Amino acid sequence: MDAIMLQEKLVERLLCARGRTTRQKDKQYVGFATLPNQVHRKSVKKGFDFTLMVAGESGLGKSTLVNSLFLTDLYKDRKLLNAEERINQTVEITKHTVDIEEKGVKLKLTIVDTPGFGDAVNNNECWKPITDYIDQQFEQYFRDESGLNRKNILDNRVHCCLYFIPPFGHGLRPVDVEFMKALHEKVNIIPLIAKADCLTPNEIKKLKDRVRDEIERFGIKVYQFPECDSDEDEEFKQMDKELKECTPFAVIGSNTVVEARGQRVRGRLYPWGIVEVENQSHCDFVKLRNMLIRSHMHDLKDVTCDVHYENYRAHCIQEMTSKLAQDNRMDSPIPILPLPTPDAETERLIKMKDEELKRMQEMLEKMQQQMHEKDQ
Amino acid sequence: QSRYYHFQHCSNTDVVVVYTAQELDSELESPVRMEEESEVELQVEEEEPEVMKQPEQPPPCLSEPNTQGIIKGSDLFGYVGIEAAGFEFNIMVVGQSGLGKSTLVNTLFKSKVSRKSCTPNYEEKISKTVHLQSVSHIIEEKGVKMRLTVIDTPGFGDQINNENCWEPIVKYINEQYEKYLKEELHVNRKRRIPDTRVHCCVYFLPATGHWLRPIDVEFMKRLGNIVSIVPVIAKADTLTMEERLEFKQRIRQGLQANGIRVYPQKEYDEDAEERILNDRIRESIPFAVVGTDKEHQVNGNKVLGRKTKWGIIEVENVAHCEFAHLRDLLIRSHLQDLKDVTHNIHYETYRVRRLNESNANGLGLSALSLENGTAEKSEAESQL
Repeated sequence: MDAIMLQEKLVERLLCARGRTTRQKDKQYVGFATLPNQVHRKSVKKGFDFTLMVAGESGLGKSTLVNSLFLTDLYKDRKLLNAEERINQTVEITKHTVDIEEKGVKLKLTIVDTPGFGDAVNNNECWKPITDYIDQQFEQYFRDESGLNRKNILDNRVHCCLYFIPPFGHGLRPVDVEFMKALHEKVNIIPLIAKADCLTPNEIKKLKDRVRDEIERFGIKVYQFPECDSDEDEEFKQMDKELKECTPFAVIGSNTVVEARGQRVRGRLYPWGIVEVENQSHCDFVKLRNMLIRSHMHDLKDVTCDVHYENYRAHCIQEMTSKLAQDNRMDSPIPILPLPTPDAETERLIKMKDEELKRMQEMLEKMQQQMHEKDQ
Repeated sequence: QSRYYHFQHCSNTDVVVVYTAQELDSELESPVRMEEESEVELQVEEEEPEVMKQPEQPPPCLSEPNTQGIIKGSDLFGYVGIEAAGFEFNIMVVGQSGLGKSTLVNTLFKSKVSRKSCTPNYEEKISKTVHLQSVSHIIEEKGVKMRLTVIDTPGFGDQINNENCWEPIVKYINEQYEKYLKEELHVNRKRRIPDTRVHCCVYFLPATGHWLRPIDVEFMKRLGNIVSIVPVIAKADTLTMEERLEFKQRIRQGLQANGIRVYPQKEYDEDAEERILNDRIRESIPFAVVGTDKEHQVNGNKVLGRKTKWGIIEVENVAHCEFAHLRDLLIRSHLQDLKDVTHNIHYETYRVRRLNESNANGLGLSALSLENGTAEKSEAESQL
């Protein structure tokens, strides 16, 4: 609201009559400094969306961490498979979508889970269903983007993949390396050390160093934080540096609230002490949350759109043009995916659906407004 | 490749055995008591395995420190002598890398007896195949000597495709039985056959909190019939008490559903008293353990523990973890029972099977096949 008021004030100043000096100043003031506020208003109205994928073996606390990050309970009625059911299980892809709102900003959050990954005795190519899924989302977006009706493109592309490394090992295992190498050019990978409460501070440091070395040695391209601008203040730069040196983050998640030091905090209660999830000296959960949600969410989306998706698109187009050349057909000037020629019937249907959607949206807004007025 | 084995006397008996497994990585035998370390405060060097010190003064169990019989050879699939006094115990540890197997064994026996501690400049690497390495030590307590052999299985379950990763282990166990059987059938038997059979297999389950994994089921199904398996939950300091109870319950259900028999097996309880005792144990397996070889100060006492930012996990405190229960089971109360079950049940099963097989094949598994004997001898023996 402050931003809007500010904007209105500026417009007012421009229009009302003032003294000469002020008018002189106003002559040089064009007014596009309000653009960020305009963008802000529009985006807030539209709402944001974010697709997060979690991958790793079962039992590493993925669901708990997701619940802790977004303070929701996405996995309420989940049934864990027992060993017999698991023996024949293949890797599945499941999606949960939830709409959350905070201070007027709406976020449509989609969590893509990968149960069954790495659980079998033979895990050869267990990452294939995951790479296929990511490619499918890219392909669907590509088709929509190349289509004729581009008004309501659903963006299901995966913006970020949190990969959980077990704390039990001594570094990356073969399955970790293969997974990350298969995915590092399709999605932003953020490796995490799971269940970090079974490691002493010393062990965490050693493991992190080891994992960082191995990531470099195997040429895995994990998500890199963007460099700070040189005009940022020292404190921010320092924080940024600390953040970078802390990767991979060692995290702990918790669904329960315990009493510690007189406060109610999210944590895990052990006979030997209480682990607080949001205590920075206990684990890197806060750093992860800040990085993922508070500072870099948009950058993750940008990198997905500008880098990973563009790579996919270029690769796809290249394949198509090479195939066309092979088939000796005429090169189409605009390389687009072959569209089914929309007949009049389909077009009409699309138009009808669009109008229906619009009407429903208006009704929804009206209802929301009514509820809002009732509350006040 | 050849290795030199360093033999030392043991009181007034003959030379002590060094047992080697498939890949020859047997280490020097030298009993080492665990070093007591004062409170550590984030010193990275502490974590490095200590290079085994050559004892300046002869260690307590060796009365004659001079060496004898340096044997060179690349294939020592056997033994050199016997040991008259003392107990033997062979324990195998199986589990993925990083689950704390070596640390736990060191903690159990309060000595640096694991493979890691015996190799200087040890570097943890995931090996491409499963191979077994055994290390033998003589440890002594209050005048009682024990020759402890720890058989480690690096590479188990670490690959992407772990199919049949249990086969080298099954093969090894059966080979020990075969060896013992051959010795038993020998015409000139040793007074005391060296026992290299695996008395106990400790299987490490990662503390996922969910269920048994397919690889756990496959392994324990196959091995539960040939060796006594003691499953433990490794690195259990990542589970709260409730999670631990639930996890254990699910594991027990899984074991039952898959027909897996772990030690102590219900069928081998000899009397009611034993059954009651073993029932109590059966209700609390698998034990949730935490291992460490570092000590810290807690309330003025030195305790074995892991120090974290939120507290110290005391390994021997039963309110924290069940290490003490495991130690009591394995060493203080059921050690002899483990050996008995191995000898009377697992070994006998193997022996009966082998004898039936060889009779069916028409070749008597007799002394004849082992040593050049006369025809009469062979006839007599083939009555077996």
